This record gives sequence, C-alpha cells and structure tokens, in this order.
Amino acid sequence: MRGALVIAMTLAVAACRAEARDDYLGDKEPQRFGIGHTPTPAEVAALDIDVSPNGAGLPAGSGTPEQGATIYAAKCASCHGKNGEGMPPAYPQLVGGPKGAFNFASDYKIPRTIGNYWPYSTTLFDYIRRAMPLTAPGSLTADQTYALSAYLLSREGLLPAGATLDARSLPAIQMPARSHFVLDDRRGSTGGPKVR
Amino acid sequence: MAETTSPISRRKLIAGAAVAAGGVLLTNLPGADAQQAVKAPAPPPAAPVAPDDPTKVPGAPTTAVGERSPFVHPQRAPVGEITGTSLTPLQDLTGTITPSDLHFTRIHAGVPTIDPTKHKLLIHGLVDRPLEFSVDDLKRFPAVTRVHFVECSGNGRAAYRTPKPEMTPQQVDGMTSNSEWTGVPLATLFHEAGVQTAAKWFLAEGGDASLLDRSIPVSKGRDDALVVWGQNGEPLRPEQGFPIRLLLPGYEGNANVKWLRRIKLGAEPFMTRWETSKYTDPLPGGKIRMFSFEMDAKSIITSPAYPERLSGPGWWPIRGLAWSGRGRITRVDVSTDGGKTWLAAELLTALTNKAHVRFEHMWQWNGNESLIMSRATDDQGYVQPTMAQLKAVRGPGTDYHFNSIRAWRIARDGGVTFEANT
Repeated sequence: MRGALVIAMTLAVAACRAEARDDYLGDKEPQRFGIGHTPTPAEVAALDIDVSPNGAGLPAGSGTPEQGATIYAAKCASCHGKNGEGMPPAYPQLVGGPKGAFNFASDYKIPRTIGNYWPYSTTLFDYIRRAMPLTAPGSLTADQTYALSAYLLSREGLLPAGATLDARSLPAIQMPARSHFVLDDRRGSTGGPKVR
Repeated sequence: MAETTSPISRRKLIAGAAVAAGGVLLTNLPGADAQQAVKAPAPPPAAPVAPDDPTKVPGAPTTAVGERSPFVHPQRAPVGEITGTSLTPLQDLTGTITPSDLHFTRIHAGVPTIDPTKHKLLIHGLVDRPLEFSVDDLKRFPAVTRVHFVECSGNGRAAYRTPKPEMTPQQVDGMTSNSEWTGVPLATLFHEAGVQTAAKWFLAEGGDASLLDRSIPVSKGRDDALVVWGQNGEPLRPEQGFPIRLLLPGYEGNANVKWLRRIKLGAEPFMTRWETSKYTDPLPGGKIRMFSFEMDAKSIITSPAYPERLSGPGWWPIRGLAWSGRGRITRVDVSTDGGKTWLAAELLTALTNKAHVRFEHMWQWNGNESLIMSRATDDQGYVQPTMAQLKAVRGPGTDYHFNSIRAWRIARDGGVTFEANT
C-alpha cells in the first residue's frame, strides 16, 4: 500500500521526463550539434587495432611455431606455464584441454583452452596484441604476435610444424569449437517465466 | 597515506622497473597466490571516544571532505592485484544507491590513471562522419541522468562453486551495485557520426592496459546505452571508468566498458576474447551460448543474513534487494518456510527500470528453525528460478548468470547461515 503513491508519483515524473527528452532531435534541437572534431587517418590508424574473424585488421608480418616457442619461453611461460598449463584461475591454461566430448556444461572444471573452446583463430592475435604480456602490454611486434599465435595453435594440433602464420593463413584456420556456438536464445523467454 | 601502499602505486613501480629492464620483467609479476589472495581487512579504526553526554560538549569542526562515522566501516574485501575484484558489502547498504566507493570492481589490468584533459573518445568504422570527442565535448551534448544497476555476470559464482554456511550477502552476491549515472545517450553520438544502415554491431574498447573490448548490438546503442561521466553526484571514480565509461542498462557488467576510448561500427561482431573464451555459457547438448548480455531477474535478502544473529522471537524485518536487466521489478515474494508458501513483500522504492529495488517483509519469528528466501518477478513475467531449475536447464558447468533464489537458514538460537541449495 505505502508503495503505491511512490510508484504513481514516479511514473508521473518519468512520463514528463520522457516527453521532454524524446523530442530533443526534433524542432528545438538539431539533428547534429557539430560537436567533436574529424580525426585524421593517422589518428584513427593509431587506435584501430582490432582484428575480425575474416582477418580484417591483421597487420603485415609473419611467424612460425618454432619462433613462437622461443618467445613463449621468455615472455609467457612464467605465468602460463612451461607447457601452457597455466596457474588457474589467476593465469589461465592455454592449451591441452580435453578434446572430443564437448561436455563443458557437465563440469565447470573442464579446462577451456584455445583448441577445444575458442571459436575464432583471429581472437588469439587480437588479444595477445592488445593485452599481453600482462606487465608489458603492447610491447610485442606483429611478427612476434604471429609467432606466438602460431606456437599456441601448433600446440593444439591446429597448425603443422614449420608452417608460417600471416594475415592470410591465420583467419583460414578452422577452430574445432566454432560450430558449437549459438546466439543467446534466452530472448524468447522474456515473455514468460520459462527458464533457459 | 593509503595511496602510497595501494596496488596502483605498486603497479607504477612494476611498470617503472619494466622500462628499466628493457621490458622484460616477468619475475616481478604477482604470483598466482597473490592474484587470488583475499586481502586482510584493514584494521578496524581505533575505538571512537564518545562523550557520555554529547549534548554537554561542543563537537568536532566540519571538514573539507566528510567521512563515515567511526562506528561504521563497510569494506569491499578486495582480491588480487593487476587482475582482481572487490565486492559491494550489500549487508551494509540502505535504500538502493550504492556509495561510489563501495561499488564493486572487476579489473583485468589494474585501474589506469587517466588525465581527463587528454582522454578522447573515437567513433569510426561504418559511419558517415568519423568523430573524436574530448570529455568536455561529450558534456556539451544534452545529458540524461538515470539510475541503473551494474552486475557482473559471474556474480554468485563463489556461492555456487564453493558454498559455505558462513557466507555474507557480500560474498554471495556482492558483484552488483546501483548508481545514479549521468551522461549522453549513445544514440545522440550515433546521430552525430551518422551510423550507416549496414552497421549492426559496435566494438567498445577501454583505455586500460587490457584494452578490454566487447561487441554490442547497434540496437542496444540506439535503445538505452549511455556514455557516462557522472556517478552519484560526482565524476566517475577511477575504478568505475574515469573519465568516461559505457553504460548498458541491464547488460552484464563486463560489457559496460570502463575508460571508454573507442567505438567502432561494424557489420558483424568482432569476436573478442571477452565474448568467446570468456562470458559464454556452455549448455547441455554441446552448445555454447554467446552474447548472453541481459541479466535476468534476481533478488537476495540482505538482512537477516550471516553473520547476523536474531536476539529472540518476535517481529523482524526481512529486507533485501531485487533487480532485473530486462525491465522493472513488479513484485518480490518472501518465504519463511523454505519455499512452501510465499507472501508479497513491500516494495519500498521507485520501481525503476533496470535498477535495484528495496523490498521488506515484516516477519513474526516464532523461534523455530526457518528457511527464508526471496523471489523476484519482472515486468516481462520472468520469475526468479531455483538453483535446481537453473542446473536442470543449463547443466552444472555453466559459468555465468547465476540468478537463482537465495536462502538463509535461521537456527533456533537465532544464528543465520547461507543455504546454497534452492
């Protein structure tokens, strides 16, 4: 009962606010305010580091699993383990998770590694380049990043020894888990109490 | 003072050492143990000396910045160093607003120190007019102020994986917080840049050392997304994204990118690490659900709860918080008999869209052992499920989106403990 008045008042206030705000792109205010400045191509390029599954955004350069193994030992193994086993949960296991059964829903302890869980190979390059190593992010060259990606993919059996990874070959790698991913299907449940 | 011993300062030392050593510095990383260690709570402040009769002596002078009463000292219980979390002490809060210094935090590469006069937001990709905004530029747009919660989609994981009777509301569900946010609708910036019809997703990228990035549907950007600079009457706290963050009402916390520096419009999702390797939900039948953004309706009783003890039978308020990432909470039911019967609780605060609501139910405790629980319903008709229902549908290996009914056991001696299975 005591909530009813509060609710009524709140709804009334909210209605006024919505009305006042909804027409801000109408007569009184312009479609555009002309605020902000146009960045130069160089300014955009300096920040435009993301890599898409189709390979868009991958830079020139290349690397092999063998080159990556050396870099991994020097820059990654202290956290992720000599063999990519990690120190979970602080430093995730990278490779060597169980393959085949794909029963992650049965136990959260099943290691989710690059080869058995990651749906896109390009994510590897994107993430290493932007965030690794933890204490020196952004310090790796494009060649080093390709080499590390090649090393980790080879450890998961997704790249043969001696192969060269570059902007063309990386996005072509088909990740085993890809077909298992589905878009959020809880959306249909919003009309009723069904749990999904 | 506290600043010199904070993790930020330690990180600065680490970063400095990295440069001095030519960038090779893995030996100085926090060990796996340090990354997971729960920091010991700060020592309780010296017992305040209160005069026997405060009406007979003048009090203390006023100060430039106020402090909490020395009789109360809520703490966030931080865990970890460069990557870490700290949890909101839900049991210490009143009403619905989380004090900004108690807002939960999840960090993936520390809290960056950003000069707001140098920070920029770039919008580019599938737009007619790429634009770069300073923070002052953003503040010139028509602003909105709205109350919304932010909840980590891993909220409740510890209570699921390693439940203990001796868990507080903070330890069970302390990764949800509720603030009044001020900023510019992202839709306004989309208009300004001229988002093209081919653009269906946008990448939001943070300016921290992890450059955290998430793909978000453009429809969400046009709906109710905000670029905010204000929180609870003041600029954002550094841990909450100072000087600007993305605020996606109702979406899992990770997508609300802090220290926002770039928005790139694209035709397809970008498939970042944070939406593939992490923040995806394995399901029975070998499926993995991705882009599960919305936080479903949830509630938790914050009192009585561990470590409280009821002093004896009689009238006691059962109080708690409820929220839904899909809309407004319409009712909260409370059970005092383990879910056999339910009664509608009072909703004490405005039923704000995608925001915490405070509920209360006055309970006459007869002194018998009791199991109390709360169940939220939202305006989509969604009813908060039991743990058993969630497990049956998703399997025991789901890693995120724990919104099951929470329960507390009241013993005959008045002791209160957490009951994980509902």
